[in-house]
Amino acid sequence: MDNLAVLVPDLTKAFIETFQMVGISLACAALFGIPLGLFIFTTDRGLFFENRVVNSVSGFAVNIIRSVPFVILLVLLLPFTQIMTGTTIGPVAASIPLSVAAVAFYARLVEASLREIDRGVIEASNSMGASPLQIIRYVLLPESMPGLLRGLTVTAINLVGYSAMAGIVGGGGVGDLAIRFGYYRYQTDVMITTVIALIILVQGVQSAGDYAAKKKDHA
Amino acid sequence: MVKIENVSVQFRTKSGITDAVRNVSLSIEDGEIFGIVGASGAGKSTLLRTINMIERPAEGKVYIGKTDITTLAGRDLRRMRQKVGMIFQHFNLMHTRNVYENVALAMKIAGKSVKETEVRVPELLALVGLSEKALSYPSQLSGGQKQRVGIARSLANDPEILLCDEPTSALDLETTRSILDLIRDINRRFGITVILISHEMDVIKSICARVAVMENGKVVETNTSYGIFSEPVHETSKELVRHSLNIEVPENILSSMNGSVVKVVYLNETALEPVLSNAIKKFTVNINIIHGKIEYIAGLPIGILILNLRGKKNEINEVIEYLKKRTAVTEVIYG
Repeated sequence: MDNLAVLVPDLTKAFIETFQMVGISLACAALFGIPLGLFIFTTDRGLFFENRVVNSVSGFAVNIIRSVPFVILLVLLLPFTQIMTGTTIGPVAASIPLSVAAVAFYARLVEASLREIDRGVIEASNSMGASPLQIIRYVLLPESMPGLLRGLTVTAINLVGYSAMAGIVGGGGVGDLAIRFGYYRYQTDVMITTVIALIILVQGVQSAGDYAAKKKDHA
Repeated sequence: MVKIENVSVQFRTKSGITDAVRNVSLSIEDGEIFGIVGASGAGKSTLLRTINMIERPAEGKVYIGKTDITTLAGRDLRRMRQKVGMIFQHFNLMHTRNVYENVALAMKIAGKSVKETEVRVPELLALVGLSEKALSYPSQLSGGQKQRVGIARSLANDPEILLCDEPTSALDLETTRSILDLIRDINRRFGITVILISHEMDVIKSICARVAVMENGKVVETNTSYGIFSEPVHETSKELVRHSLNIEVPENILSSMNGSVVKVVYLNETALEPVLSNAIKKFTVNINIIHGKIEYIAGLPIGILILNLRGKKNEINEVIEYLKKRTAVTEVIYG
Protein backbone atom coordinates (compact mmCIF):
# COMPACT_ATOMS: atom_id res chain seq x y z
CA MET A 1 0.00 0.00 0.00
CA ASP A 2 3.06 2.26 0.30
CA ASN A 3 2.99 2.46 -3.46
CA LEU A 4 -0.37 4.19 -3.39
CA ALA A 5 0.52 6.93 -0.94
CA VAL A 6 3.53 7.79 -3.04
CA LEU A 7 1.32 7.67 -6.07
CA VAL A 8 -1.08 10.45 -5.08
CA PRO A 9 0.84 13.35 -6.70
CA ASP A 10 1.47 11.28 -9.82
CA LEU A 11 -2.15 10.23 -9.98
CA THR A 12 -3.37 13.80 -9.54
CA LYS A 13 -1.07 15.00 -12.29
CA ALA A 14 -2.17 12.15 -14.53
CA PHE A 15 -5.83 12.97 -13.98
CA ILE A 16 -5.24 16.62 -14.81
CA GLU A 17 -3.50 15.56 -18.01
CA THR A 18 -6.32 13.21 -18.95
CA PHE A 19 -8.88 15.92 -18.32
CA GLN A 20 -6.83 18.28 -20.46
CA MET A 21 -6.61 15.86 -23.36
CA VAL A 22 -10.20 14.73 -23.20
CA GLY A 23 -11.46 18.27 -22.58
CA ILE A 24 -9.63 19.86 -25.50
CA SER A 25 -10.46 17.12 -27.98
CA LEU A 26 -14.07 16.87 -26.82
CA ALA A 27 -14.46 20.61 -27.30
CA CYS A 28 -13.00 20.23 -30.80
CA ALA A 29 -15.35 17.34 -31.48
CA ALA A 30 -18.36 19.45 -30.57
CA LEU A 31 -17.04 22.54 -32.34
CA PHE A 32 -16.12 20.88 -35.61
CA GLY A 33 -17.89 17.53 -35.48
CA ILE A 34 -21.40 19.01 -35.32
CA PRO A 35 -20.91 21.29 -38.36
CA LEU A 36 -19.20 18.47 -40.23
CA GLY A 37 -22.01 16.04 -39.39
CA LEU A 38 -24.59 18.64 -40.40
CA PHE A 39 -22.67 19.23 -43.60
CA ILE A 40 -22.58 15.55 -44.51
CA PHE A 41 -26.27 15.18 -43.65
CA THR A 42 -27.57 18.25 -45.46
CA THR A 43 -25.61 17.59 -48.65
CA ASP A 44 -27.20 14.18 -48.90
CA ARG A 45 -29.98 13.32 -51.34
CA GLY A 46 -33.23 15.15 -50.94
CA LEU A 47 -31.93 17.78 -48.56
CA PHE A 48 -31.44 21.46 -49.05
CA PHE A 49 -27.69 21.49 -49.70
CA GLU A 50 -27.86 18.36 -51.83
CA ASN A 51 -24.51 17.91 -53.54
CA ARG A 52 -23.36 14.45 -54.38
CA VAL A 53 -19.70 15.25 -54.95
CA VAL A 54 -19.23 17.28 -51.79
CA ASN A 55 -21.17 14.71 -49.81
CA SER A 56 -19.10 11.79 -51.05
CA VAL A 57 -15.80 13.59 -50.58
CA SER A 58 -16.54 14.65 -47.00
CA GLY A 59 -17.92 11.23 -46.14
CA PHE A 60 -14.85 9.59 -47.59
CA ALA A 61 -12.47 11.89 -45.69
CA VAL A 62 -14.21 11.03 -42.43
CA ASN A 63 -14.01 7.34 -43.26
CA ILE A 64 -10.27 7.52 -43.92
CA ILE A 65 -9.59 9.07 -40.53
CA ARG A 66 -11.91 6.58 -38.89
CA SER A 67 -10.24 3.59 -40.50
CA VAL A 68 -6.68 4.48 -39.48
CA PRO A 69 -5.88 2.85 -36.11
CA PHE A 70 -5.44 5.58 -33.55
CA VAL A 71 -1.87 4.66 -32.71
CA ILE A 72 -0.95 5.06 -36.36
CA LEU A 73 -2.87 8.32 -36.64
CA LEU A 74 -0.95 9.57 -33.62
CA VAL A 75 2.34 8.99 -35.39
CA LEU A 76 1.12 10.15 -38.80
CA LEU A 77 0.01 13.46 -37.37
CA LEU A 78 3.27 14.18 -35.54
CA PRO A 79 4.42 16.79 -38.08
CA PHE A 80 1.01 18.45 -37.95
CA THR A 81 1.13 18.42 -34.15
CA GLN A 82 4.59 20.00 -34.27
CA ILE A 83 3.25 22.82 -36.46
CA MET A 84 0.17 23.38 -34.36
CA THR A 85 1.65 23.27 -30.86
CA GLY A 86 5.39 23.64 -31.40
CA THR A 87 6.01 20.32 -29.64
CA THR A 88 5.01 16.67 -29.91
CA ILE A 89 5.21 15.91 -26.21
CA GLY A 90 2.73 16.56 -23.45
CA PRO A 91 -1.03 16.51 -23.10
CA VAL A 92 -1.67 19.58 -25.27
CA ALA A 93 0.29 18.09 -28.16
CA ALA A 94 -1.48 14.77 -27.71
CA SER A 95 -4.78 16.62 -27.95
CA ILE A 96 -4.17 17.32 -31.64
CA PRO A 97 -4.40 13.74 -32.94
CA LEU A 98 -7.07 13.03 -30.36
CA SER A 99 -9.11 15.95 -31.69
CA VAL A 100 -8.75 14.82 -35.28
CA ALA A 101 -9.96 11.34 -34.38
CA ALA A 102 -12.75 12.71 -32.19
CA VAL A 103 -14.04 15.11 -34.83
CA ALA A 104 -14.28 12.33 -37.42
CA PHE A 105 -15.84 9.95 -34.94
CA TYR A 106 -18.35 12.44 -33.61
CA ALA A 107 -19.26 13.75 -37.06
CA ARG A 108 -20.53 10.27 -37.95
CA LEU A 109 -22.53 10.09 -34.73
CA VAL A 110 -23.96 13.54 -35.42
CA GLU A 111 -24.94 12.46 -38.91
CA ALA A 112 -26.54 9.30 -37.51
CA SER A 113 -28.64 11.23 -35.00
CA LEU A 114 -29.69 13.70 -37.68
CA ARG A 115 -30.83 10.77 -39.79
CA GLU A 116 -33.06 9.73 -36.91
CA ILE A 117 -35.11 12.89 -37.39
CA ASP A 118 -38.37 12.23 -39.16
CA ARG A 119 -38.10 13.60 -42.71
CA GLY A 120 -41.68 14.75 -42.27
CA VAL A 121 -40.57 17.23 -39.62
CA ILE A 122 -38.05 18.71 -42.03
CA GLU A 123 -40.70 18.82 -44.72
CA ALA A 124 -43.08 20.57 -42.33
CA SER A 125 -40.51 23.25 -41.54
CA ASN A 126 -39.89 23.65 -45.26
CA SER A 127 -43.61 24.11 -45.78
CA MET A 128 -43.59 26.81 -43.10
CA GLY A 129 -41.11 28.73 -45.22
CA ALA A 130 -38.03 28.13 -43.09
CA SER A 131 -34.62 28.95 -44.58
CA PRO A 132 -31.89 26.30 -44.47
CA LEU A 133 -30.21 28.03 -41.55
CA GLN A 134 -33.51 28.25 -39.68
CA ILE A 135 -34.10 24.56 -40.28
CA ILE A 136 -30.66 23.75 -38.88
CA ARG A 137 -31.05 26.03 -35.90
CA TYR A 138 -34.70 25.55 -34.98
CA VAL A 139 -35.31 22.01 -36.16
CA LEU A 140 -32.28 19.81 -36.84
CA LEU A 141 -30.18 20.76 -33.82
CA PRO A 142 -32.90 20.80 -31.15
CA GLU A 143 -34.62 17.73 -32.56
CA SER A 144 -31.40 15.71 -32.58
CA MET A 145 -30.15 17.10 -29.25
CA PRO A 146 -30.71 13.92 -27.23
CA GLY A 147 -28.76 11.98 -29.86
CA LEU A 148 -26.04 14.61 -30.03
CA LEU A 149 -25.57 14.44 -26.27
CA ARG A 150 -25.48 10.66 -26.27
CA GLY A 151 -22.94 10.78 -29.09
CA LEU A 152 -20.82 13.24 -27.17
CA THR A 153 -20.87 10.89 -24.19
CA VAL A 154 -19.68 7.99 -26.31
CA THR A 155 -17.00 10.20 -27.83
CA ALA A 156 -15.80 11.34 -24.39
CA ILE A 157 -15.49 7.77 -23.18
CA ASN A 158 -13.68 6.75 -26.33
CA LEU A 159 -11.31 9.65 -25.79
CA VAL A 160 -10.48 8.45 -22.29
CA GLY A 161 -9.44 5.17 -23.88
CA TYR A 162 -7.55 6.80 -26.76
CA SER A 163 -5.76 9.13 -24.38
CA ALA A 164 -4.07 6.12 -22.81
CA MET A 165 -2.39 5.52 -26.15
CA ALA A 166 -1.27 9.10 -26.20
CA GLY A 167 1.16 8.05 -23.47
CA ILE A 168 3.21 6.43 -26.21
CA VAL A 169 4.19 9.83 -27.56
CA GLY A 170 4.58 11.29 -24.07
CA GLY A 171 1.07 12.60 -23.66
CA GLY A 172 0.76 11.54 -20.06
CA GLY A 173 -2.59 10.88 -18.43
CA VAL A 174 -4.13 8.15 -16.32
CA GLY A 175 -3.81 5.41 -18.90
CA ASP A 176 -0.18 6.17 -19.37
CA LEU A 177 0.34 5.99 -15.61
CA ALA A 178 -1.29 2.58 -15.54
CA ILE A 179 1.01 1.31 -18.24
CA ARG A 180 4.21 2.77 -16.79
CA PHE A 181 3.70 1.79 -13.18
CA GLY A 182 1.36 -1.11 -13.45
CA TYR A 183 2.72 -2.87 -16.50
CA TYR A 184 6.36 -1.90 -16.89
CA ARG A 185 7.12 -1.90 -13.17
CA TYR A 186 4.86 -4.80 -12.20
CA GLN A 187 3.07 -2.69 -9.59
CA THR A 188 -0.23 -4.46 -9.93
CA ASP A 189 -1.83 -2.46 -7.11
CA VAL A 190 -1.07 0.77 -8.96
CA MET A 191 -2.58 -0.63 -12.09
CA ILE A 192 -5.72 -1.72 -10.27
CA THR A 193 -6.02 1.67 -8.59
CA THR A 194 -5.77 3.55 -11.86
CA VAL A 195 -8.17 1.18 -13.57
CA ILE A 196 -10.69 1.69 -10.77
CA ALA A 197 -10.19 5.43 -11.10
CA LEU A 198 -10.84 5.13 -14.84
CA ILE A 199 -13.96 3.05 -14.25
CA ILE A 200 -15.30 5.70 -11.92
CA LEU A 201 -14.45 8.41 -14.45
CA VAL A 202 -16.16 6.59 -17.33
CA GLN A 203 -19.21 5.81 -15.21
CA GLY A 204 -19.42 9.44 -14.19
CA VAL A 205 -19.23 10.64 -17.78
CA GLN A 206 -21.83 8.09 -18.89
CA SER A 207 -24.26 9.01 -16.12
CA ALA A 208 -23.87 12.73 -16.75
CA GLY A 209 -24.40 12.20 -20.47
CA ASP A 210 -27.44 9.99 -19.95
CA TYR A 211 -28.95 12.51 -17.58
CA ALA A 212 -28.45 15.40 -19.99
CA ALA A 213 -29.83 13.43 -22.95
CA LYS A 214 -32.84 12.28 -20.99
CA LYS A 215 -33.67 15.83 -19.99
CA LYS A 216 -33.81 16.83 -23.64
CA ASP A 217 -35.69 13.78 -24.79
CA HIS A 218 -39.47 13.97 -24.91
CA ALA A 219 -40.16 11.26 -27.44
CA MET B 1 -57.68 31.33 -56.82
CA VAL B 2 -55.23 28.47 -57.17
CA LYS B 3 -54.59 27.51 -60.75
CA ILE B 4 -52.61 24.49 -61.78
CA GLU B 5 -51.77 24.52 -65.47
CA ASN B 6 -50.45 21.50 -67.34
CA VAL B 7 -48.31 20.45 -64.41
CA SER B 8 -46.08 17.41 -64.65
CA VAL B 9 -43.77 16.20 -61.91
CA GLN B 10 -41.06 13.63 -62.41
CA PHE B 11 -39.14 11.58 -59.92
CA ARG B 12 -35.74 10.13 -60.55
CA THR B 13 -35.63 6.61 -59.20
CA LYS B 14 -33.19 3.77 -59.56
CA SER B 15 -35.20 2.34 -62.42
CA GLY B 16 -35.24 5.63 -64.32
CA ILE B 17 -37.59 8.56 -64.42
CA THR B 18 -41.17 8.12 -63.28
CA ASP B 19 -43.93 10.58 -63.94
CA ALA B 20 -45.66 11.15 -60.63
CA VAL B 21 -48.00 13.79 -62.04
CA ARG B 22 -48.86 13.99 -65.71
CA ASN B 23 -50.14 17.12 -67.31
CA VAL B 24 -52.65 18.09 -64.63
CA SER B 25 -54.76 21.23 -64.83
CA LEU B 26 -57.09 22.29 -62.04
CA SER B 27 -58.49 25.50 -60.77
CA ILE B 28 -59.60 25.95 -57.22
CA GLU B 29 -61.78 28.85 -56.19
CA ASP B 30 -61.06 31.09 -53.24
CA GLY B 31 -62.70 29.88 -50.06
CA GLU B 32 -63.76 26.46 -51.31
CA ILE B 33 -62.90 23.05 -49.91
CA PHE B 34 -61.49 21.11 -52.79
CA GLY B 35 -60.74 17.42 -52.57
CA ILE B 36 -58.28 15.30 -54.49
CA VAL B 37 -59.02 11.63 -54.21
CA GLY B 38 -57.29 8.54 -55.53
CA ALA B 39 -55.53 5.37 -54.54
CA SER B 40 -52.09 5.60 -52.96
CA GLY B 41 -49.46 6.19 -55.59
CA ALA B 42 -51.90 8.09 -57.79
CA GLY B 43 -49.81 11.24 -57.43
CA LYS B 44 -52.12 13.26 -55.22
CA SER B 45 -49.52 14.01 -52.52
CA THR B 46 -47.07 15.11 -55.17
CA LEU B 47 -49.66 17.30 -56.86
CA LEU B 48 -50.57 18.87 -53.51
CA ARG B 49 -46.91 19.68 -52.88
CA THR B 50 -46.65 21.68 -56.07
CA ILE B 51 -48.98 24.22 -54.49
CA ASN B 52 -46.23 25.23 -52.07
CA MET B 53 -43.35 24.22 -54.33
CA ILE B 54 -42.14 21.45 -52.02
CA GLU B 55 -42.24 19.54 -55.30
CA ARG B 56 -41.11 21.47 -58.33
CA PRO B 57 -42.97 20.62 -61.50
CA ALA B 58 -40.88 19.60 -64.50
CA GLU B 59 -43.44 21.36 -66.66
CA GLY B 60 -46.41 23.60 -66.19
CA LYS B 61 -47.31 26.51 -63.99
CA VAL B 62 -48.97 26.95 -60.62
CA TYR B 63 -50.65 30.23 -59.86
CA ILE B 64 -51.72 31.49 -56.47
CA GLY B 65 -53.77 34.55 -57.31
CA LYS B 66 -51.78 36.20 -60.06
CA THR B 67 -48.38 34.94 -58.96
CA ASP B 68 -46.79 32.11 -60.86
CA ILE B 69 -45.16 30.38 -57.92
CA THR B 70 -42.99 28.16 -60.12
CA THR B 71 -40.83 31.24 -60.74
CA LEU B 72 -40.28 31.96 -57.04
CA ALA B 73 -37.02 31.22 -55.26
CA GLY B 74 -35.21 32.08 -52.05
CA ARG B 75 -36.88 34.63 -49.85
CA ASP B 76 -39.92 35.10 -52.10
CA LEU B 77 -40.54 31.38 -52.13
CA ARG B 78 -40.31 31.19 -48.34
CA ARG B 79 -42.62 34.15 -47.93
CA MET B 80 -45.16 32.46 -50.20
CA ARG B 81 -44.92 29.26 -48.15
CA GLN B 82 -45.70 31.18 -44.98
CA LYS B 83 -49.04 32.06 -46.57
CA VAL B 84 -49.80 28.45 -47.45
CA GLY B 85 -50.41 26.33 -44.36
CA MET B 86 -49.96 22.59 -44.51
CA ILE B 87 -51.00 19.67 -42.34
CA PHE B 88 -49.84 16.10 -42.67
CA GLN B 89 -51.00 12.54 -42.23
CA HIS B 90 -48.39 11.90 -39.56
CA PHE B 91 -48.65 15.40 -38.10
CA ASN B 92 -44.88 16.03 -38.35
CA LEU B 93 -44.56 17.81 -35.02
CA MET B 94 -41.23 18.36 -33.33
CA HIS B 95 -40.79 15.93 -30.45
CA THR B 96 -38.47 18.19 -28.50
CA ARG B 97 -40.87 21.12 -28.45
CA ASN B 98 -44.07 21.29 -26.47
CA VAL B 99 -47.41 22.22 -28.01
CA TYR B 100 -46.92 25.94 -27.48
CA GLU B 101 -43.41 25.87 -28.91
CA ASN B 102 -44.46 23.81 -31.91
CA VAL B 103 -47.03 26.43 -32.87
CA ALA B 104 -44.73 29.31 -31.98
CA LEU B 105 -42.04 27.88 -34.28
CA ALA B 106 -44.06 28.77 -37.37
CA MET B 107 -44.18 32.39 -36.21
CA LYS B 108 -40.51 32.41 -35.27
CA ILE B 109 -39.67 31.23 -38.78
CA ALA B 110 -41.81 34.01 -40.21
CA GLY B 111 -39.89 36.49 -38.09
CA LYS B 112 -42.80 37.49 -35.88
CA SER B 113 -41.96 39.13 -32.57
CA VAL B 114 -42.12 37.25 -29.30
CA LYS B 115 -44.81 39.65 -28.16
CA GLU B 116 -47.01 38.91 -31.15
CA THR B 117 -46.39 35.19 -30.70
CA GLU B 118 -47.41 35.33 -27.05
CA VAL B 119 -50.77 36.75 -28.07
CA ARG B 120 -51.39 34.65 -31.14
CA VAL B 121 -50.41 31.16 -29.96
CA PRO B 122 -52.94 31.01 -27.09
CA GLU B 123 -55.63 32.20 -29.53
CA LEU B 124 -54.73 29.42 -31.94
CA LEU B 125 -54.66 26.80 -29.19
CA ALA B 126 -58.07 27.97 -28.02
CA LEU B 127 -59.35 27.72 -31.60
CA VAL B 128 -58.32 24.08 -31.87
CA GLY B 129 -59.40 23.32 -28.30
CA LEU B 130 -55.97 22.60 -26.83
CA SER B 131 -55.49 25.49 -24.42
CA GLU B 132 -54.86 23.12 -21.56
CA LYS B 133 -52.24 21.15 -23.43
CA ALA B 134 -49.92 24.08 -24.16
CA LEU B 135 -47.10 22.63 -22.08
CA SER B 136 -47.55 19.00 -23.12
CA TYR B 137 -45.13 17.33 -25.50
CA PRO B 138 -46.40 15.59 -28.66
CA SER B 139 -45.62 12.17 -27.19
CA GLN B 140 -48.22 12.88 -24.49
CA LEU B 141 -50.98 13.64 -26.99
CA SER B 142 -53.47 11.47 -28.86
CA GLY B 143 -53.49 11.39 -32.65
CA GLY B 144 -56.40 13.78 -32.87
CA GLN B 145 -54.73 16.21 -30.50
CA LYS B 146 -51.52 16.06 -32.52
CA GLN B 147 -53.43 16.92 -35.67
CA ARG B 148 -55.01 19.83 -33.82
CA VAL B 149 -51.54 21.11 -32.99
CA GLY B 150 -50.67 20.69 -36.67
CA ILE B 151 -53.71 22.73 -37.62
CA ALA B 152 -52.90 25.46 -35.10
CA ARG B 153 -49.35 25.57 -36.45
CA SER B 154 -50.54 25.76 -40.05
CA LEU B 155 -52.74 28.73 -39.21
CA ALA B 156 -50.10 30.65 -37.27
CA ASN B 157 -49.17 32.98 -40.11
CA ASP B 158 -52.73 33.63 -41.33
CA PRO B 159 -52.53 31.58 -44.51
CA GLU B 160 -54.86 32.05 -47.43
CA ILE B 161 -54.61 28.41 -48.37
CA LEU B 162 -54.52 25.30 -46.24
CA LEU B 163 -53.09 22.14 -47.79
CA CYS B 164 -54.24 18.95 -46.08
CA ASP B 165 -52.25 15.81 -46.86
CA GLU B 166 -54.42 12.86 -45.78
CA PRO B 167 -55.17 14.68 -42.52
CA THR B 168 -57.33 11.94 -41.06
CA SER B 169 -55.80 8.77 -42.46
CA ALA B 170 -53.99 7.99 -39.23
CA LEU B 171 -57.05 8.67 -37.07
CA ASP B 172 -60.03 6.65 -35.94
CA LEU B 173 -63.55 7.37 -37.17
CA GLU B 174 -64.67 9.53 -34.29
CA THR B 175 -61.52 11.66 -34.35
CA THR B 176 -61.69 11.89 -38.14
CA ARG B 177 -65.11 13.46 -37.84
CA SER B 178 -63.98 16.02 -35.27
CA ILE B 179 -60.89 16.98 -37.30
CA LEU B 180 -62.96 17.37 -40.47
CA ASP B 181 -65.46 19.49 -38.55
CA LEU B 182 -62.61 21.67 -37.37
CA ILE B 183 -61.25 22.07 -40.90
CA ARG B 184 -64.69 23.01 -42.19
CA ASP B 185 -65.16 25.43 -39.32
CA ILE B 186 -61.83 27.12 -40.11
CA ASN B 187 -62.78 27.29 -43.78
CA ARG B 188 -66.04 29.00 -42.97
CA ARG B 189 -64.79 31.36 -40.30
CA PHE B 190 -61.65 32.60 -42.00
CA GLY B 191 -62.51 31.96 -45.63
CA ILE B 192 -59.33 29.94 -46.07
CA THR B 193 -59.19 27.89 -49.25
CA VAL B 194 -58.75 24.25 -48.27
CA ILE B 195 -57.21 21.68 -50.60
CA LEU B 196 -57.46 18.24 -49.13
CA ILE B 197 -56.25 14.91 -50.40
CA SER B 198 -57.56 11.59 -49.26
CA HIS B 199 -57.88 8.04 -50.46
CA GLU B 200 -61.26 7.82 -48.75
CA MET B 201 -64.39 9.01 -50.48
CA ASP B 202 -66.03 9.29 -47.06
CA VAL B 203 -63.72 12.17 -46.16
CA ILE B 204 -64.43 13.90 -49.46
CA LYS B 205 -68.13 13.30 -49.03
CA SER B 206 -68.29 14.95 -45.66
CA ILE B 207 -66.53 18.24 -46.41
CA CYS B 208 -65.49 18.82 -50.01
CA ALA B 209 -67.61 20.89 -52.34
CA ARG B 210 -65.68 19.78 -55.38
CA VAL B 211 -63.36 16.91 -56.05
CA ALA B 212 -60.79 15.76 -58.58
CA VAL B 213 -60.22 12.03 -59.02
CA MET B 214 -56.65 11.01 -59.73
CA GLU B 215 -55.24 7.87 -61.18
CA ASN B 216 -51.74 7.18 -62.45
CA GLY B 217 -50.68 10.80 -62.11
CA LYS B 218 -53.61 12.11 -64.09
CA VAL B 219 -56.80 13.81 -63.07
CA VAL B 220 -59.44 11.60 -64.67
CA GLU B 221 -62.53 13.43 -63.52
CA THR B 222 -63.41 16.69 -61.81
CA ASN B 223 -66.86 17.46 -60.54
CA THR B 224 -68.83 18.59 -57.54
CA SER B 225 -68.77 15.95 -54.81
CA TYR B 226 -72.46 15.48 -55.40
CA GLY B 227 -71.89 15.02 -59.10
CA ILE B 228 -69.14 12.46 -58.57
CA PHE B 229 -71.34 10.48 -56.21
CA SER B 230 -74.50 10.70 -58.23
CA GLU B 231 -73.10 10.29 -61.72
CA PRO B 232 -69.49 9.14 -61.75
CA VAL B 233 -68.19 8.89 -65.29
CA HIS B 234 -64.70 7.41 -65.08
CA GLU B 235 -64.23 3.80 -64.03
CA THR B 236 -61.97 4.84 -61.12
CA SER B 237 -64.56 7.29 -59.81
CA LYS B 238 -67.23 4.64 -60.14
CA GLU B 239 -65.14 2.20 -58.18
CA LEU B 240 -64.41 4.74 -55.43
CA VAL B 241 -68.05 5.72 -55.18
CA ARG B 242 -69.21 2.12 -55.19
CA HIS B 243 -66.79 1.38 -52.40
CA SER B 244 -67.90 4.38 -50.38
CA LEU B 245 -71.63 3.91 -50.83
CA ASN B 246 -71.13 0.26 -50.04
CA ILE B 247 -74.45 -0.94 -51.34
CA GLU B 248 -73.67 -4.35 -52.68
CA VAL B 249 -75.83 -7.41 -52.50
CA PRO B 250 -73.84 -10.60 -51.90
CA GLU B 251 -73.36 -12.69 -55.04
CA ASN B 252 -75.01 -15.79 -53.58
CA ILE B 253 -78.14 -13.81 -52.71
CA LEU B 254 -78.25 -12.33 -56.21
CA SER B 255 -77.98 -15.68 -57.92
CA SER B 256 -80.75 -17.14 -55.77
CA MET B 257 -83.15 -14.43 -56.95
CA ASN B 258 -85.94 -14.97 -59.42
CA GLY B 259 -86.54 -12.28 -62.01
CA SER B 260 -84.28 -9.24 -62.31
CA VAL B 261 -82.36 -7.15 -59.81
CA VAL B 262 -82.09 -3.44 -60.61
CA LYS B 263 -80.23 -0.65 -58.95
CA VAL B 264 -82.08 2.65 -58.94
CA VAL B 265 -80.41 5.93 -58.02
CA TYR B 266 -82.51 8.99 -57.46
CA LEU B 267 -81.31 12.47 -56.75
CA ASN B 268 -82.73 15.31 -54.76
CA GLU B 269 -85.05 16.47 -57.53
CA THR B 270 -86.57 13.09 -58.25
CA ALA B 271 -89.18 12.02 -55.79
CA LEU B 272 -88.98 8.29 -55.80
CA GLU B 273 -91.95 7.37 -53.69
CA PRO B 274 -94.64 8.12 -56.33
CA VAL B 275 -92.50 6.58 -59.06
CA LEU B 276 -92.27 3.30 -57.22
CA SER B 277 -95.88 3.16 -56.11
CA ASN B 278 -97.06 4.17 -59.58
CA ALA B 279 -94.96 1.42 -61.08
CA ILE B 280 -96.48 -1.05 -58.68
CA LYS B 281 -100.00 0.08 -59.62
CA LYS B 282 -99.29 0.25 -63.34
CA PHE B 283 -97.64 -3.13 -63.76
CA THR B 284 -98.35 -6.57 -62.45
CA VAL B 285 -94.66 -7.10 -61.74
CA ASN B 286 -93.75 -7.73 -58.11
CA ILE B 287 -91.38 -5.04 -56.86
CA ASN B 288 -89.45 -5.91 -53.77
CA ILE B 289 -86.85 -3.65 -52.10
CA ILE B 290 -83.86 -5.76 -51.12
CA HIS B 291 -81.40 -3.05 -50.20
CA GLY B 292 -81.43 0.70 -49.93
CA LYS B 293 -79.98 3.80 -48.36
CA ILE B 294 -79.98 7.55 -48.57
CA GLU B 295 -76.63 9.34 -48.47
CA TYR B 296 -76.18 13.04 -47.95
CA ILE B 297 -73.36 14.52 -49.99
CA ALA B 298 -72.63 18.13 -49.15
CA GLY B 299 -76.09 18.27 -47.62
CA LEU B 300 -77.91 16.92 -50.67
CA PRO B 301 -79.53 13.49 -50.67
CA ILE B 302 -78.76 10.63 -53.00
CA GLY B 303 -81.11 7.68 -52.72
CA ILE B 304 -80.08 4.23 -53.82
CA LEU B 305 -82.41 1.26 -53.94
CA ILE B 306 -81.85 -2.25 -55.08
CA LEU B 307 -85.06 -3.76 -56.31
CA ASN B 308 -86.02 -7.30 -57.15
CA LEU B 309 -88.51 -7.39 -60.02
CA ARG B 310 -90.46 -10.60 -60.50
CA GLY B 311 -92.94 -11.33 -63.24
CA LYS B 312 -93.08 -11.78 -66.98
CA LYS B 313 -89.87 -10.94 -68.81
CA ASN B 314 -91.43 -8.39 -71.15
CA GLU B 315 -93.21 -6.68 -68.30
CA ILE B 316 -90.02 -6.51 -66.27
CA ASN B 317 -88.40 -4.77 -69.21
CA GLU B 318 -91.27 -2.31 -69.36
CA VAL B 319 -90.84 -1.54 -65.66
CA ILE B 320 -87.14 -0.97 -66.19
CA GLU B 321 -87.88 1.41 -69.06
CA TYR B 322 -90.45 3.18 -66.89
CA LEU B 323 -87.95 3.62 -64.04
CA LYS B 324 -85.17 4.71 -66.41
CA LYS B 325 -87.28 7.64 -67.58
CA ARG B 326 -88.08 8.76 -64.08
CA THR B 327 -84.91 8.23 -62.04
CA ALA B 328 -81.32 9.42 -62.39
CA VAL B 329 -79.87 5.97 -62.92
CA THR B 330 -81.50 2.61 -63.40
CA GLU B 331 -79.23 -0.30 -64.11
CA VAL B 332 -79.85 -4.01 -64.19
CA ILE B 333 -77.32 -5.70 -61.98
CA TYR B 334 -78.67 -9.23 -62.26
CA GLY B 335 -81.03 -11.17 -64.51
